[in-house]
Amino acid sequence: MDLFDTFLNVAVLRRSLPMLLDGLWLTLQLGAASIVAGLILGLFVALLGLYAVKPVRLLMRLYIDIFRSIPLLVLLIVVYYALPFVGLRLTSFASAMAALTLVSGAYTAEIFRAGIQAIPHGQFEASAALGLNQRQTMVDVILPQAVRIVIPPLTNNAINVIKDTALASVVAMPDLLKQATQAQALTANPSPLIGAALIYIAFLWPLVLFVSYLERRYHGGRRA
Amino acid sequence: MSYVSIRNLRKFYGTFEALRGIDLDIAKGEVVCIIGPSGSGKSTLIRCINRLEDFDPASEIRVDGIPVVPGRSLAKVRAEVGMVFQGFNLFPHLSVRDNVMLAPRRVRGTSRAEAGKLADRLLARVGIAEQADKYPQHLSGGQQQRVAIARALAMEPQVLLFDEPTSALDPEMVGEVLDVMKALAHTGVTMIVVTHEMGFARQVADRVIFMDGGEVIETGTPAALLETPTEPRTRNFLGAVLNH
Ligand SMILES: Nc1ncnc2c1ncn2[C@@H]1O[C@H](COP(=O)(O)OP(=O)(O)OP(=O)(O)O)[C@@H](O)[C@H]1O
Ligand SMILES: [Mg+2]
Repeated sequence: MDLFDTFLNVAVLRRSLPMLLDGLWLTLQLGAASIVAGLILGLFVALLGLYAVKPVRLLMRLYIDIFRSIPLLVLLIVVYYALPFVGLRLTSFASAMAALTLVSGAYTAEIFRAGIQAIPHGQFEASAALGLNQRQTMVDVILPQAVRIVIPPLTNNAINVIKDTALASVVAMPDLLKQATQAQALTANPSPLIGAALIYIAFLWPLVLFVSYLERRYHGGRRA
Repeated sequence: MSYVSIRNLRKFYGTFEALRGIDLDIAKGEVVCIIGPSGSGKSTLIRCINRLEDFDPASEIRVDGIPVVPGRSLAKVRAEVGMVFQGFNLFPHLSVRDNVMLAPRRVRGTSRAEAGKLADRLLARVGIAEQADKYPQHLSGGQQQRVAIARALAMEPQVLLFDEPTSALDPEMVGEVLDVMKALAHTGVTMIVVTHEMGFARQVADRVIFMDGGEVIETGTPAALLETPTEPRTRNFLGAVLNH
Protein backbone atom coordinates (compact mmCIF):
# COMPACT_ATOMS: atom_id res chain seq x y z
CA MET A 1 0.00 0.00 0.00
CA ASP A 2 2.66 2.42 1.14
CA LEU A 3 4.80 1.49 -1.77
CA PHE A 4 2.04 2.37 -4.21
CA ASP A 5 1.41 5.70 -2.53
CA THR A 6 5.10 6.48 -2.79
CA PHE A 7 6.02 5.31 -6.27
CA LEU A 8 2.78 5.07 -8.22
CA ASN A 9 0.60 7.62 -6.56
CA VAL A 10 -2.34 8.02 -8.93
CA ALA A 11 -3.34 11.44 -7.67
CA VAL A 12 0.21 12.74 -8.06
CA LEU A 13 0.56 11.16 -11.50
CA ARG A 14 -2.67 12.73 -12.64
CA ARG A 15 -1.59 16.12 -11.36
CA SER A 16 1.82 15.97 -13.03
CA LEU A 17 0.61 14.46 -16.29
CA PRO A 18 0.34 17.77 -18.19
CA MET A 19 3.93 18.59 -17.25
CA LEU A 20 5.11 15.16 -18.31
CA LEU A 21 3.30 15.45 -21.65
CA ASP A 22 4.89 18.86 -22.27
CA GLY A 23 8.25 17.26 -21.58
CA LEU A 24 7.47 14.29 -23.80
CA TRP A 25 6.56 16.59 -26.67
CA LEU A 26 9.89 18.39 -26.40
CA THR A 27 11.78 15.10 -26.07
CA LEU A 28 10.14 13.81 -29.24
CA GLN A 29 10.87 17.03 -31.11
CA LEU A 30 14.50 16.98 -30.04
CA GLY A 31 14.84 13.29 -30.84
CA ALA A 32 13.22 13.54 -34.27
CA ALA A 33 15.15 16.66 -35.28
CA SER A 34 18.47 15.14 -34.18
CA ILE A 35 17.78 11.82 -35.88
CA VAL A 36 16.91 13.44 -39.21
CA ALA A 37 19.81 15.88 -39.09
CA GLY A 38 22.15 13.06 -38.04
CA LEU A 39 21.00 10.92 -40.96
CA ILE A 40 21.69 13.63 -43.50
CA LEU A 41 25.03 14.50 -41.92
CA GLY A 42 25.99 10.83 -41.67
CA LEU A 43 25.17 10.10 -45.31
CA PHE A 44 27.32 12.97 -46.54
CA VAL A 45 30.16 12.10 -44.20
CA ALA A 46 30.02 8.47 -45.35
CA LEU A 47 30.09 9.43 -49.05
CA LEU A 48 32.90 11.94 -48.57
CA GLY A 49 34.78 9.44 -46.42
CA LEU A 50 34.59 6.86 -49.20
CA TYR A 51 34.96 8.88 -52.38
CA ALA A 52 36.39 12.36 -51.75
CA VAL A 53 40.05 13.30 -52.21
CA LYS A 54 42.41 11.92 -49.61
CA PRO A 55 42.63 14.93 -47.21
CA VAL A 56 38.82 15.12 -47.03
CA ARG A 57 38.61 11.36 -46.46
CA LEU A 58 41.03 11.68 -43.55
CA LEU A 59 39.05 14.60 -42.15
CA MET A 60 35.86 12.52 -42.21
CA ARG A 61 37.66 9.64 -40.50
CA LEU A 62 38.83 12.07 -37.82
CA TYR A 63 35.32 13.42 -37.32
CA ILE A 64 33.86 9.93 -37.01
CA ASP A 65 36.47 8.75 -34.53
CA ILE A 66 36.34 11.86 -32.35
CA PHE A 67 32.57 11.99 -32.05
CA ARG A 68 32.33 8.30 -31.33
CA SER A 69 34.91 8.70 -28.55
CA ILE A 70 33.62 11.77 -26.76
CA PRO A 71 31.01 11.16 -24.05
CA LEU A 72 27.79 12.84 -25.13
CA LEU A 73 27.37 14.53 -21.75
CA VAL A 74 30.82 16.11 -22.07
CA LEU A 75 30.08 17.32 -25.59
CA LEU A 76 26.75 18.75 -24.51
CA ILE A 77 28.30 20.66 -21.63
CA VAL A 78 31.07 21.96 -23.87
CA VAL A 79 28.53 23.20 -26.41
CA TYR A 80 26.26 24.81 -23.83
CA TYR A 81 28.69 26.13 -21.24
CA ALA A 82 32.01 26.55 -23.07
CA LEU A 83 31.03 27.92 -26.47
CA PRO A 84 29.56 31.13 -24.99
CA PHE A 85 33.15 32.04 -24.02
CA VAL A 86 33.90 32.40 -27.73
CA GLY A 87 30.68 34.28 -28.33
CA LEU A 88 28.56 31.36 -29.49
CA ARG A 89 25.54 31.14 -27.23
CA LEU A 90 23.02 28.46 -28.19
CA THR A 91 19.65 27.81 -26.58
CA SER A 92 19.38 24.62 -24.58
CA PHE A 93 17.38 22.99 -27.41
CA ALA A 94 19.94 24.03 -30.03
CA SER A 95 22.84 22.87 -27.86
CA ALA A 96 21.24 19.50 -27.25
CA MET A 97 20.34 19.09 -30.91
CA ALA A 98 23.85 20.05 -32.02
CA ALA A 99 25.48 17.56 -29.64
CA LEU A 100 23.05 14.75 -30.46
CA THR A 101 23.34 15.39 -34.21
CA LEU A 102 27.13 15.45 -34.21
CA VAL A 103 27.36 12.16 -32.35
CA SER A 104 24.50 10.50 -34.22
CA GLY A 105 26.04 11.69 -37.50
CA ALA A 106 29.29 9.92 -36.66
CA TYR A 107 27.55 6.63 -35.89
CA THR A 108 25.25 6.99 -38.89
CA ALA A 109 28.25 7.60 -41.16
CA GLU A 110 29.79 4.32 -40.01
CA ILE A 111 26.52 2.51 -40.61
CA PHE A 112 26.17 3.94 -44.15
CA ARG A 113 29.81 3.19 -44.94
CA ALA A 114 29.39 -0.43 -43.91
CA GLY A 115 26.13 -0.63 -45.88
CA ILE A 116 27.70 0.76 -49.05
CA GLN A 117 30.76 -1.46 -48.70
CA ALA A 118 28.52 -4.50 -48.33
CA ILE A 119 27.28 -3.99 -51.91
CA PRO A 120 29.21 -6.31 -54.25
CA HIS A 121 31.81 -4.63 -56.42
CA GLY A 122 30.11 -5.98 -59.54
CA GLN A 123 27.23 -3.55 -58.98
CA PHE A 124 29.61 -0.61 -59.29
CA GLU A 125 31.24 -2.15 -62.36
CA ALA A 126 27.96 -2.88 -64.11
CA SER A 127 26.87 0.71 -63.46
CA ALA A 128 30.13 2.14 -64.79
CA ALA A 129 30.03 -0.09 -67.86
CA LEU A 130 26.51 1.16 -68.63
CA GLY A 131 27.77 4.74 -68.53
CA LEU A 132 26.12 5.84 -65.27
CA ASN A 133 28.11 8.55 -63.53
CA GLN A 134 29.06 8.36 -59.85
CA ARG A 135 26.00 10.19 -58.62
CA GLN A 136 23.60 8.08 -60.70
CA THR A 137 25.37 4.93 -59.54
CA MET A 138 24.84 5.94 -55.92
CA VAL A 139 21.26 7.14 -56.25
CA ASP A 140 19.90 4.48 -58.59
CA VAL A 141 21.95 1.40 -57.79
CA ILE A 142 23.94 1.44 -54.56
CA LEU A 143 21.89 3.37 -52.01
CA PRO A 144 18.57 1.60 -52.71
CA GLN A 145 20.34 -1.68 -51.94
CA ALA A 146 22.30 -0.30 -48.99
CA VAL A 147 19.13 1.06 -47.37
CA ARG A 148 17.84 -2.45 -46.75
CA ILE A 149 21.06 -3.35 -45.00
CA VAL A 150 21.24 -0.24 -42.84
CA ILE A 151 17.66 -0.05 -41.58
CA PRO A 152 18.18 -2.26 -38.49
CA PRO A 153 21.38 -0.51 -37.28
CA LEU A 154 19.87 2.90 -38.09
CA THR A 155 16.81 2.07 -35.99
CA ASN A 156 19.10 1.04 -33.17
CA ASN A 157 20.87 4.36 -33.49
CA ALA A 158 17.54 6.19 -33.40
CA ILE A 159 16.68 4.42 -30.14
CA ASN A 160 19.97 5.58 -28.67
CA VAL A 161 19.37 9.16 -29.78
CA ILE A 162 15.95 9.25 -28.14
CA LYS A 163 17.37 7.81 -24.93
CA ASP A 164 20.19 10.32 -25.00
CA THR A 165 17.79 13.25 -25.26
CA ALA A 166 17.36 12.80 -21.50
CA LEU A 167 20.84 14.28 -21.09
CA ALA A 168 19.43 17.59 -22.31
CA SER A 169 17.91 18.05 -18.88
CA VAL A 170 21.38 18.98 -17.58
CA VAL A 171 21.37 22.08 -19.79
CA ALA A 172 18.01 23.06 -18.38
CA MET A 173 15.91 21.92 -21.28
CA PRO A 174 12.40 21.07 -20.01
CA ASP A 175 12.36 17.64 -21.64
CA LEU A 176 10.53 14.62 -20.25
CA LEU A 177 13.13 13.85 -17.59
CA LYS A 178 13.49 17.47 -16.49
CA GLN A 179 9.73 17.89 -16.20
CA ALA A 180 9.55 14.70 -14.20
CA THR A 181 12.19 15.83 -11.72
CA GLN A 182 10.43 19.18 -11.40
CA ALA A 183 7.08 17.54 -10.80
CA GLN A 184 8.74 15.34 -8.21
CA ALA A 185 10.04 18.42 -6.42
CA LEU A 186 6.66 20.15 -6.59
CA THR A 187 4.69 17.19 -5.30
CA ALA A 188 7.38 15.86 -2.97
CA ASN A 189 6.69 12.43 -4.42
CA PRO A 190 8.79 10.31 -6.86
CA SER A 191 5.81 8.99 -8.85
CA PRO A 192 6.39 11.43 -11.76
CA LEU A 193 9.85 9.89 -12.24
CA ILE A 194 8.35 6.44 -12.48
CA GLY A 195 5.76 7.88 -14.86
CA ALA A 196 8.53 9.29 -17.07
CA ALA A 197 10.38 5.98 -17.07
CA LEU A 198 7.19 4.19 -18.15
CA ILE A 199 6.66 6.72 -20.96
CA TYR A 200 10.22 6.19 -22.25
CA ILE A 201 9.68 2.45 -22.21
CA ALA A 202 6.30 2.74 -23.92
CA PHE A 203 7.86 4.69 -26.78
CA LEU A 204 11.07 2.74 -27.19
CA TRP A 205 9.91 -0.82 -26.64
CA PRO A 206 8.12 -1.00 -29.99
CA LEU A 207 11.26 0.23 -31.72
CA VAL A 208 13.33 -2.39 -29.92
CA LEU A 209 10.87 -5.08 -31.02
CA PHE A 210 10.98 -3.69 -34.58
CA VAL A 211 14.77 -4.06 -34.69
CA SER A 212 14.59 -7.63 -33.38
CA TYR A 213 11.94 -8.41 -35.98
CA LEU A 214 14.05 -6.96 -38.80
CA GLU A 215 17.16 -8.79 -37.65
CA ARG A 216 15.26 -12.07 -37.44
CA ARG A 217 13.78 -11.50 -40.87
CA TYR A 218 17.06 -10.59 -42.53
CA HIS A 219 19.12 -13.34 -40.96
CA GLY A 220 16.49 -16.01 -40.48
CA GLY A 221 14.82 -15.28 -43.83
CA ARG A 222 18.02 -15.88 -45.77
CA ARG A 223 18.43 -19.34 -44.38
CA ALA A 224 14.82 -20.39 -44.87
CA MET B 1 40.12 0.60 -90.44
CA SER B 2 40.36 -0.40 -86.86
CA TYR B 3 37.49 0.39 -84.55
CA VAL B 4 39.20 -0.60 -81.33
CA SER B 5 42.90 0.12 -81.34
CA ILE B 6 45.20 -0.88 -78.53
CA ARG B 7 48.81 0.34 -78.47
CA ASN B 8 51.47 -0.93 -76.12
CA LEU B 9 48.94 -1.70 -73.38
CA ARG B 10 50.66 -2.27 -70.07
CA LYS B 11 49.01 -2.82 -66.73
CA PHE B 12 50.66 -3.13 -63.35
CA TYR B 13 49.19 -4.45 -60.12
CA GLY B 14 51.79 -3.02 -57.78
CA THR B 15 55.00 -4.31 -59.27
CA PHE B 16 53.35 -7.26 -61.01
CA GLU B 17 52.95 -6.66 -64.74
CA ALA B 18 49.63 -8.22 -65.72
CA LEU B 19 49.70 -6.91 -69.32
CA ARG B 20 53.08 -6.60 -71.00
CA GLY B 21 52.65 -4.30 -73.95
CA ILE B 22 49.71 -5.50 -76.02
CA ASP B 23 49.02 -4.22 -79.54
CA LEU B 24 45.70 -5.09 -81.05
CA ASP B 25 43.41 -3.73 -83.75
CA ILE B 26 39.83 -4.82 -84.05
CA ALA B 27 37.71 -3.87 -87.03
CA LYS B 28 34.11 -2.73 -86.92
CA GLY B 29 31.80 -5.73 -86.84
CA GLU B 30 34.59 -8.16 -86.10
CA VAL B 31 34.02 -10.98 -83.62
CA VAL B 32 37.17 -11.74 -81.65
CA CYS B 33 37.52 -14.53 -79.11
CA ILE B 34 40.27 -14.37 -76.52
CA ILE B 35 41.47 -17.64 -75.03
CA GLY B 36 44.27 -18.51 -72.67
CA PRO B 37 45.10 -20.08 -69.33
CA SER B 38 43.90 -18.71 -66.02
CA GLY B 39 45.81 -15.59 -64.97
CA SER B 40 47.01 -14.81 -68.50
CA GLY B 41 45.38 -11.36 -68.43
CA LYS B 42 42.28 -11.92 -70.56
CA SER B 43 39.89 -10.22 -68.14
CA THR B 44 42.34 -7.43 -67.46
CA LEU B 45 42.68 -6.76 -71.18
CA ILE B 46 38.99 -6.38 -71.92
CA ARG B 47 38.37 -4.47 -68.71
CA CYS B 48 40.89 -1.89 -69.89
CA ILE B 49 38.86 -1.26 -73.05
CA ASN B 50 36.09 0.49 -71.09
CA ARG B 51 38.54 1.45 -68.38
CA LEU B 52 37.09 -0.57 -65.54
CA GLU B 53 40.82 -0.99 -64.92
CA ASP B 54 43.24 1.90 -65.11
CA PHE B 55 46.32 1.26 -67.22
CA ASP B 56 49.77 2.65 -67.76
CA PRO B 57 49.62 6.30 -68.89
CA ALA B 58 52.04 5.56 -71.72
CA SER B 59 49.60 3.06 -73.22
CA GLU B 60 46.86 4.07 -75.60
CA ILE B 61 43.44 2.63 -76.30
CA ARG B 62 40.97 4.21 -78.70
CA VAL B 63 37.42 3.21 -79.45
CA ASP B 64 35.98 4.71 -82.63
CA GLY B 65 38.88 7.14 -82.46
CA ILE B 66 37.98 8.32 -78.95
CA PRO B 67 40.83 7.94 -76.45
CA VAL B 68 39.92 5.88 -73.39
CA VAL B 69 41.05 8.45 -70.82
CA PRO B 70 39.21 9.64 -67.72
CA GLY B 71 36.73 12.44 -68.15
CA ARG B 72 34.27 13.34 -70.87
CA SER B 73 35.73 11.06 -73.49
CA LEU B 74 35.42 8.06 -71.15
CA ALA B 75 31.70 8.76 -70.85
CA LYS B 76 31.49 8.71 -74.67
CA VAL B 77 33.44 5.47 -74.84
CA ARG B 78 31.22 3.81 -72.26
CA ALA B 79 28.15 4.88 -74.19
CA GLU B 80 29.52 2.91 -77.17
CA VAL B 81 30.88 -0.10 -75.30
CA GLY B 82 28.60 -2.59 -73.53
CA MET B 83 29.82 -5.28 -71.18
CA VAL B 84 28.55 -8.65 -70.03
CA PHE B 85 30.10 -10.14 -66.90
CA GLN B 86 30.69 -13.69 -65.78
CA GLY B 87 28.59 -13.06 -62.64
CA PHE B 88 25.77 -11.19 -64.50
CA ASN B 89 25.84 -8.25 -62.04
CA LEU B 90 22.16 -7.53 -62.50
CA PHE B 91 20.59 -4.97 -60.17
CA PRO B 92 18.71 -7.09 -57.61
CA HIS B 93 16.43 -4.28 -56.41
CA LEU B 94 15.03 -3.64 -59.90
CA SER B 95 12.70 -5.77 -61.99
CA VAL B 96 14.09 -7.29 -65.16
CA ARG B 97 12.46 -4.56 -67.25
CA ASP B 98 13.81 -1.81 -64.98
CA ASN B 99 17.29 -3.33 -65.19
CA VAL B 100 17.17 -2.84 -68.94
CA MET B 101 15.52 0.60 -68.76
CA LEU B 102 17.85 2.20 -66.23
CA ALA B 103 20.77 3.23 -68.44
CA PRO B 104 18.71 4.58 -71.38
CA ARG B 105 16.65 6.64 -68.95
CA ARG B 106 19.49 8.03 -66.88
CA VAL B 107 22.28 8.31 -69.45
CA ARG B 108 20.26 9.10 -72.56
CA GLY B 109 17.29 10.77 -70.91
CA THR B 110 14.90 8.47 -72.77
CA SER B 111 11.30 8.77 -71.55
CA ARG B 112 9.88 6.04 -69.33
CA ALA B 113 7.46 4.94 -72.04
CA GLU B 114 10.12 4.79 -74.74
CA ALA B 115 12.59 2.97 -72.50
CA GLY B 116 9.89 0.48 -71.53
CA LYS B 117 9.17 -0.30 -75.18
CA LEU B 118 12.87 -0.65 -75.89
CA ALA B 119 13.28 -3.00 -72.92
CA ASP B 120 10.37 -5.20 -74.00
CA ARG B 121 11.75 -5.37 -77.54
CA LEU B 122 15.21 -6.38 -76.29
CA LEU B 123 13.86 -8.89 -73.80
CA ALA B 124 11.85 -10.47 -76.61
CA ARG B 125 14.99 -10.60 -78.70
CA VAL B 126 16.87 -12.58 -76.02
CA GLY B 127 13.82 -14.78 -75.54
CA ILE B 128 12.55 -13.75 -72.10
CA ALA B 129 9.79 -11.25 -72.80
CA GLU B 130 7.47 -13.01 -70.37
CA GLN B 131 9.86 -12.54 -67.42
CA ALA B 132 9.97 -8.74 -67.61
CA ASP B 133 8.16 -8.10 -64.34
CA LYS B 134 10.12 -10.59 -62.27
CA TYR B 135 13.16 -9.81 -60.18
CA PRO B 136 16.53 -11.18 -61.33
CA GLN B 137 16.94 -13.56 -58.39
CA HIS B 138 13.82 -15.42 -59.52
CA LEU B 139 15.32 -16.32 -62.88
CA SER B 140 17.66 -19.14 -63.80
CA GLY B 141 21.31 -18.35 -64.45
CA GLY B 142 20.87 -18.59 -68.20
CA GLN B 143 17.90 -16.25 -68.09
CA GLN B 144 19.81 -13.79 -65.90
CA GLN B 145 22.68 -13.69 -68.33
CA ARG B 146 20.27 -13.05 -71.19
CA VAL B 147 18.81 -10.14 -69.21
CA ALA B 148 22.35 -8.84 -68.76
CA ILE B 149 22.85 -8.99 -72.52
CA ALA B 150 19.58 -7.13 -73.08
CA ARG B 151 20.67 -4.54 -70.53
CA ALA B 152 23.96 -4.01 -72.35
CA LEU B 153 22.15 -3.77 -75.71
CA ALA B 154 19.82 -1.08 -74.39
CA MET B 155 22.57 1.51 -74.82
CA GLU B 156 22.90 0.46 -78.47
CA PRO B 157 26.61 -0.22 -78.13
CA GLN B 158 28.90 -0.53 -81.12
CA VAL B 159 31.17 -2.86 -79.19
CA LEU B 160 30.20 -5.61 -76.77
CA LEU B 161 32.69 -7.04 -74.28
CA PHE B 162 32.02 -10.47 -72.80
CA ASP B 163 34.08 -11.82 -69.91
CA GLU B 164 33.44 -15.57 -69.72
CA PRO B 165 29.69 -15.09 -70.03
CA THR B 166 28.89 -18.80 -69.65
CA SER B 167 31.45 -19.85 -67.03
CA ALA B 168 29.11 -19.36 -64.07
CA LEU B 169 26.25 -21.28 -65.70
CA ASP B 170 25.04 -24.82 -65.21
CA PRO B 171 25.99 -26.80 -68.32
CA GLU B 172 22.42 -27.13 -69.54
CA MET B 173 22.08 -23.33 -69.70
CA VAL B 174 25.24 -22.56 -71.63
CA GLY B 175 23.59 -23.22 -74.98
CA GLU B 176 20.78 -20.70 -74.61
CA VAL B 177 23.25 -17.89 -73.86
CA LEU B 178 25.62 -18.88 -76.68
CA ASP B 179 22.66 -18.94 -79.08
CA VAL B 180 21.82 -15.34 -78.18
CA MET B 181 25.47 -14.38 -78.70
CA LYS B 182 25.61 -16.13 -82.06
CA ALA B 183 22.54 -14.24 -83.19
CA LEU B 184 24.19 -11.00 -82.06
CA ALA B 185 27.36 -11.78 -83.97
CA HIS B 186 25.37 -11.64 -87.19
CA THR B 187 23.99 -8.16 -86.49
CA GLY B 188 27.27 -6.41 -87.22
CA VAL B 189 28.08 -5.41 -83.66
CA THR B 190 31.76 -5.70 -82.77
CA MET B 191 32.25 -8.44 -80.16
CA ILE B 192 35.25 -9.19 -77.98
CA VAL B 193 34.63 -12.41 -76.10
CA VAL B 194 36.80 -14.00 -73.43
CA THR B 195 35.70 -17.62 -73.42
CA HIS B 196 36.60 -21.23 -72.83
CA GLU B 197 33.93 -22.35 -75.29
CA MET B 198 36.11 -23.53 -78.16
CA GLY B 199 33.03 -24.61 -80.13
CA PHE B 200 31.67 -21.08 -80.01
CA ALA B 201 35.04 -19.63 -81.02
CA ARG B 202 35.32 -22.03 -83.94
CA GLN B 203 31.82 -21.32 -85.22
CA VAL B 204 31.43 -17.62 -84.63
CA ALA B 205 34.78 -15.87 -84.31
CA ASP B 206 36.44 -14.06 -87.17
CA ARG B 207 39.66 -14.20 -85.22
CA VAL B 208 40.95 -16.00 -82.14
CA ILE B 209 43.63 -14.57 -79.88
CA PHE B 210 45.68 -16.72 -77.55
CA MET B 211 47.13 -14.97 -74.49
CA ASP B 212 49.62 -16.17 -71.94
CA GLY B 213 51.58 -14.36 -69.24
CA GLY B 214 50.12 -10.95 -70.09
CA GLU B 215 51.04 -11.15 -73.77
CA VAL B 216 49.34 -12.00 -77.03
CA ILE B 217 51.14 -15.16 -78.10
CA GLU B 218 49.32 -15.98 -81.30
CA THR B 219 46.39 -14.74 -83.31
CA GLY B 220 44.64 -16.19 -86.32
CA THR B 221 41.43 -17.43 -87.84
CA PRO B 222 39.67 -20.05 -85.72
CA ALA B 223 40.67 -22.75 -88.18
CA ALA B 224 44.32 -21.75 -88.20
CA LEU B 225 44.75 -21.07 -84.50
CA LEU B 226 42.67 -23.94 -83.15
CA GLU B 227 43.67 -26.61 -85.69
CA THR B 228 47.23 -25.73 -86.61
CA PRO B 229 48.73 -23.51 -83.91
CA THR B 230 52.33 -22.54 -84.57
CA GLU B 231 53.43 -21.52 -81.07
CA PRO B 232 54.31 -24.30 -78.62
CA ARG B 233 52.49 -22.54 -75.77
CA THR B 234 49.30 -22.39 -77.84
CA ARG B 235 49.64 -26.06 -78.66
CA ASN B 236 50.15 -26.96 -75.01
CA PHE B 237 47.13 -24.98 -73.94
CA LEU B 238 44.86 -26.37 -76.62
CA GLY B 239 46.11 -29.86 -75.91
CA ALA B 240 45.20 -29.47 -72.25
CA VAL B 241 41.80 -27.89 -72.96
CA LEU B 242 40.69 -30.25 -75.71
CA ASN B 243 41.64 -33.36 -73.75
CA HIS B 244 39.20 -32.40 -70.98
N1 LIG C 1 43.10 -6.70 -58.41
C1 LIG C 1 44.23 -7.40 -58.65
N2 LIG C 1 45.30 -7.25 -57.85
C2 LIG C 1 46.44 -7.93 -58.07
N3 LIG C 1 46.62 -8.79 -59.09
C3 LIG C 1 45.58 -9.00 -59.90
C4 LIG C 1 44.34 -8.30 -59.75
N4 LIG C 1 43.50 -8.71 -60.72
C5 LIG C 1 44.17 -9.60 -61.45
N5 LIG C 1 45.43 -9.77 -60.99
C6 LIG C 1 46.46 -10.65 -61.55
O1 LIG C 1 46.64 -10.30 -62.91
C7 LIG C 1 46.80 -11.46 -63.71
C8 LIG C 1 45.79 -11.48 -64.82
O2 LIG C 1 44.51 -11.63 -64.26
P1 LIG C 1 43.20 -11.78 -65.14
O3 LIG C 1 42.04 -11.79 -64.22
O4 LIG C 1 43.22 -10.78 -66.22
O5 LIG C 1 43.42 -13.24 -65.76
P2 LIG C 1 42.43 -14.07 -66.68
O6 LIG C 1 43.20 -14.42 -67.90
O7 LIG C 1 41.17 -13.36 -66.85
O8 LIG C 1 42.23 -15.39 -65.79
P3 LIG C 1 40.91 -16.29 -65.57
O9 LIG C 1 40.82 -17.22 -66.73
O10 LIG C 1 41.22 -17.02 -64.31
O11 LIG C 1 39.76 -15.37 -65.45
C9 LIG C 1 46.70 -12.64 -62.77
O12 LIG C 1 47.98 -13.08 -62.44
C10 LIG C 1 46.02 -12.08 -61.56
O13 LIG C 1 46.45 -12.74 -60.40
MG1 LIG D 1 39.19 -13.70 -66.18
